[in-house]
This record gives sequence, structure tokens and C-alpha cells, in this order.
Amino acid sequence: MSVGDYIRGSQIWKSIFRHPAPVDRRNRIVVMLTNFFLHLHPVSIKQQGIALSYTWCMGGITFFLFLVETITGVLLMFYYRPTLQFAFNDILALRDVTTLGIMREVHRWGAHAMVITVWLHMYRVFLTGSYKPPREFNWVIGVLLLVLTLLLSFTGYLLPWDQLAIWAITVGSNMARATPFLGYEGPGAQLLNIGGYDLITSGSDARFLLLGGRFVSEATLNRFYILHCVAIPLVVSLLIAIHFWRVRKDGGISQPL
Amino acid sequence: MESHLQHNPDLTSSVVFGLGWVYLLLFVMNAAWVRRSFALDGNVRLSLGGLLGKGQEIPVASLWAIYCAMLLMVGVSHLTGSDNAQSFLLRMPEFLKAPINAASNPVAFFVGSTTIFIAMIVFRSVWTTPTAGWVLLNFSLLFMTLSITDYDFRQIVGKPDNVPIVGMLYIVGFFTWLAFKKSTENDRRRAAGKPLIEQENNEKVLTWPDLVYTELICMVVITALLIAWGIVLQAPLEEPASAAKTPNPSKAPWYFLGLQEMLVYFDPWMAGVVLPSVILVGLMAIPYIDFNKLGNGYYTFNERKFAIITFMFGFLPLWVAMIVLGTFLRGPNWNFFSPYEYWDVHKLELLNNINVSEWFWLSVMGQQLPVAPSDAALPVKIGYILLREWLGLVLVAAYLFALPPLMAATVFRKFFMKMGFLRYMVLANLMLFMMSLPIKMVLRWAANLKYIVAIPEWFFNI
Repeated sequence: MSVGDYIRGSQIWKSIFRHPAPVDRRNRIVVMLTNFFLHLHPVSIKQQGIALSYTWCMGGITFFLFLVETITGVLLMFYYRPTLQFAFNDILALRDVTTLGIMREVHRWGAHAMVITVWLHMYRVFLTGSYKPPREFNWVIGVLLLVLTLLLSFTGYLLPWDQLAIWAITVGSNMARATPFLGYEGPGAQLLNIGGYDLITSGSDARFLLLGGRFVSEATLNRFYILHCVAIPLVVSLLIAIHFWRVRKDGGISQPL
Repeated sequence: MESHLQHNPDLTSSVVFGLGWVYLLLFVMNAAWVRRSFALDGNVRLSLGGLLGKGQEIPVASLWAIYCAMLLMVGVSHLTGSDNAQSFLLRMPEFLKAPINAASNPVAFFVGSTTIFIAMIVFRSVWTTPTAGWVLLNFSLLFMTLSITDYDFRQIVGKPDNVPIVGMLYIVGFFTWLAFKKSTENDRRRAAGKPLIEQENNEKVLTWPDLVYTELICMVVITALLIAWGIVLQAPLEEPASAAKTPNPSKAPWYFLGLQEMLVYFDPWMAGVVLPSVILVGLMAIPYIDFNKLGNGYYTFNERKFAIITFMFGFLPLWVAMIVLGTFLRGPNWNFFSPYEYWDVHKLELLNNINVSEWFWLSVMGQQLPVAPSDAALPVKIGYILLREWLGLVLVAAYLFALPPLMAATVFRKFFMKMGFLRYMVLANLMLFMMSLPIKMVLRWAANLKYIVAIPEWFFNI
């Protein structure tokens, strides 16, 4: 008996995988049903649903990039401290002295790539009419995931705390102060006053809520850090789960039932 | 004397050396293409203006081979010539730069990208052949490599955060090409009564191994690409943040630059809040307003013309092209700069835009804008403002409220009948909001229009 056979015959191995290797038809079916990670997939699938020239694989790549971002992001969180004192210097050290500081490069380029792959995924879904019944609602969830992907990227943009970061966030968040009714330079904001006191001021409008202050400051850094590392990823994970579940329940990625 | 010349320090060895490798990569790609062409393309008759008598049959592949050999020479000369980069001759010639610079402006950019978009649809069966695609790819790559030799172009395109956009252009271009190729093929098959691409070979297969292995390979490739990208290109890190030093230009992250570009034509409450919200709501509404049951699960153009043209117009000229404009062509003070132009902070652009109300009261009526007496009561002041802006308000109201029923009675008659009132109104309003950007652009260029309704007192400018 070879070592490989011994290992595969052991109680430990069998307790983990439950079945022999997927080398024959029966076990190839069974493995899809009994493995947690594989059970996202159906057991069998239409050939066109997995043809690369049809699907472009963009949804799958987007999900994989989300995993890459999660893993590299967690590693970066061990190192990076979101305070005015440390933020910039920690990134500088990641670049210059830290072993595996390349995690920051992978994280940043992965983020850019993810924005692009989300767009291309939507492009493909649109061009193949895959949002048509019965998949209308999954497209809506997809649009929400697009928004959250952009917000993830936007909140992460601030964390290096360099000139590029704070001014990009300043320009972006300046829009919020022009929100109709809720921004202090937005149309209609003047109407919201009680007895002559304005409810919407630079200290109480939508931009203040976003930044935690009247301008991009340490409070903003903290706010964006929590949004970037905890709040948005949690929501994204939930929506991804629903998105995938709906793909299965709606009968695959495309084509009428 | 053109300003970009003075600021143009000569090429550096590392750029020339790097371009050498790009040309060698192009050579390898085209060598593979020569092989393919030799197998598939057959012969072409050449007479060279009577030089070869009645002409001679030569393989098409030989023309590609000549091009390929030239790429090899160019590549090698870059690698050997990189020691003396200052006097290196293979660079974007001035006689190409000058007309491109002269012709570049926001009008030309938008009109040009829209024209390309229309041509793309009209000639979809022409440019989606493999050979046409290959020629386009080579042209765009050569344009890029040549342009890199220009200092000002290199400064902008070479910024670490801008590199993904260049990549995105090629990727979006490729997938647009692929989608059109499949659509035209399917439309041809449908017309001939043959089964579609997606209907052939559509048996059920086991997920293990067919899908699981594809996923594994994809993950490995993406990981390798990301690591290689991370090694070659360092993530940007500028000076430490300083609230006192505002960079000029100040730009949002690149994927929002299409929205930032809209700030040229709209106030922040429209460009930054209302229009993005409408875009998102509009995207979510798509499955509920598209009543066309055809085209579910296969590529087609003919069966869903309206849907595809609308979506692509929104995605390509209005989103991707606006990002390119905002990223590469907008410099200090958000002024427009041509691709090979130095980003001069002191460049002046005349701003002589006028509002509809100014045009009406000053030019048409020949009098001052109506202004309420300073001690007037609030209702009187409001009355004066409404009087001042009456024409703009009427125009906007007509656009939003009179056009939908008008369109329902004319161009969208069939849609209205099929969709019912509510769906149709959603569609019509989304279309109107989408077209508001190009309409405002054209009005700005044609009539120097600033605001249709200008009520700065209430931060209400349209």
C-alpha cells in the first residue's frame, strides 16, 4: 500500500472528504453535493453556461477578487493604524521596509481590477439579456453590489492619508453638501428651518454625516476605516450570498428556464 | 513655438528600453498571427502599379510577415539604442502631434466618440472579423507606444492609478468587439434559420471537472497577474496629507471622473447627487421596463436594437469616454489639455457663458434683470425670482412634463401601447435624464449656455 493510499484510507481523511477522489462519474457528482465550497455549484450545468467566450468569467473573477481583497486586507489591518499619527507612516513602511509589503500593491491593484470586472460582468449580463425574467431581482442585487464595490474602493482610497487620498475624498464628498434638502448648499435646505433656526448647516448636513466633521479629518479616517473594513464588507458578503443563491434558484446564469 | 516643446525633456533610457520589450511582445504576437494567416487567409494578387505585369499571387501572410519583421527591427533598435536615449529617433513625429493637439477639444472628443460609437453599430459586420480586430488592436497599440515617447503624454498615462484605465480601455474594447462579433453571427444565423451559437453544443456536462477546473485556472492566472502587476508597478503614495496644500487639479478617484466631468455642465446637486441616483435607479429599473422577451440568453443585436443602443450609449460614450476625458485630458483648473500638451497651471480659458435669463432679459428685452427691492417681503422676492427665470422654468417643465406624452404619441408610440402608463413614464424620464448631459453639452458649445434656470439664491441651478 502506497503512502497516498494510506492517507486516503485513514479515518481523518475520510472524515474530512467523506468520498473517494472524483475520478469516476458517481464520485464527481457526489463531491459537488458533499463539499461545502463546491455545493455553491449545481451538479451538472449547460455547456453554454460555462463557455468562456459567452460568460467572460467576469462574475467569478469579481468574486475571486473580493476574496483576494479580503485576505490581503486582513493582512494589512494587522499592520496599519488608522490615526493621523501613524496612517501615512505605516503605508510608507509597507512600501519601504515591511516584508510582504507588496500586499498593499496587490490590494490596490485588485481593487481597481474589481471595479473594472464588475462593470464588465454587468456589460455581459446586459448584452446576453440575462436580467430578463425570471432573473430581474438578481440584477437589482447586482446593481447594489456595484454601488457597494464603488463605495468600498472610495472608502479605501482615503486610508493611505497622503495628498492623493484626502483630496480625492474631499472632491468626492463635496458633492454631499449639495444634496437637495440634506446638504447645506443644496436646493431646498433653507426650507428646513424651525423658528428661524436652520436645521441643515455645515455642522449637520449629509456631508458632515459622511465625514464626521466639517472637513476630511481624523474622524473621517476612522469612519472610512470602519466602513471599509467592517460595515461594507459585511453587507457585501450578505448580498453576494443572496446573489449566488438566486443564480441557482433562478435556474443558472442565463437563458429561459 | 508650441508650449509642449519647451517642457519636453528628452526620452530616458528606461522608457526606450521598456518600449523595446513592448515591440518585441508585439513581434511575438504578430508572428503567431502570420502563422494563422498563412493557414487561413489564402492569396492576394499584387501588381505593384504594373511593376509585376498582370500581377502575382502572394500569400496574405507575407504582408503580415513584412510588418512582423519591421516590428522585430524596431524592437531590437530600441533595446540597443537605449544607451543614447537623448538622440533616439523613433518617437511620435511632430507632424502627427501637432494636428492631434490642434484638433483636440471637448467638442471634438465627445462628437468623435459618439461618431465612433455610431460607426461601430452601423459597420458591425465589418469590424468584427478577426483580421479587422487584429488591425485595430495593432493600430491602437502602435499609437500608444509611439505616444509614450512624448513627455507630457507619459506624465499623465504613466501615473500609477491611471494605468488601470489604459488597461480597461483595451479590455472594454475587446469585449465590445467580442459581443458584436457574436451578435452579428447570431443575427446571420437567425436570418438563415440556423441554430444560434448558444444552442449548439448545449448539452449538460458535469460541473466537476468542466467548471471547477476553469475556475481553478482563472484563480491561478488572476493571482499571478496581480502579483506581477504589484511587482512591476508600485502603488502610488504621494506627500503626507496636508489640508493647506490643495493640489491643482484635485481629482476624485478615477471611476468617478465621469461624474466630475459632468460638473462642467451641471451644478454639484445635479452632477453629484441627482444624476448618479438616477443612473442607479435607472439601472435597477432595466429588467422591469424592458418588455422585450427576445434575446434572453444569447448575444443578438437585431432583436434588441433599442435596449442595446441605449445601454451602450450610456456605458461607452457617456461613462467610459467621460472617464478618459476626465482623467487624461483635464488638467489644472479642470481646463482641457490635448494629449501631448504640457499641463500649464497658467493656461487661461475664457468663461463667457450666459444664463437663459440673461439672454432673455438683456438681449431680447433689452433691459436689466428684474431685481426685487431690497426691503421687499419674501413672497415679492420669490415673485421676482420666478419672473426673472420664467423662460428657463418653462423650458425645463416642458422638457420633463410635455415631452413624455409627446414622445408617447410619436416616436415611442409602440412602446407606450405595449408598456402601459407607469412603465412608459419611467422609461421616458430615464431617457430624458440620460440625454440631459449631451443636450447641455451641445448647448454649452453652440450657445455658451451656462444655466437654463439660474437661482443661486436657492442653490437651484439647472
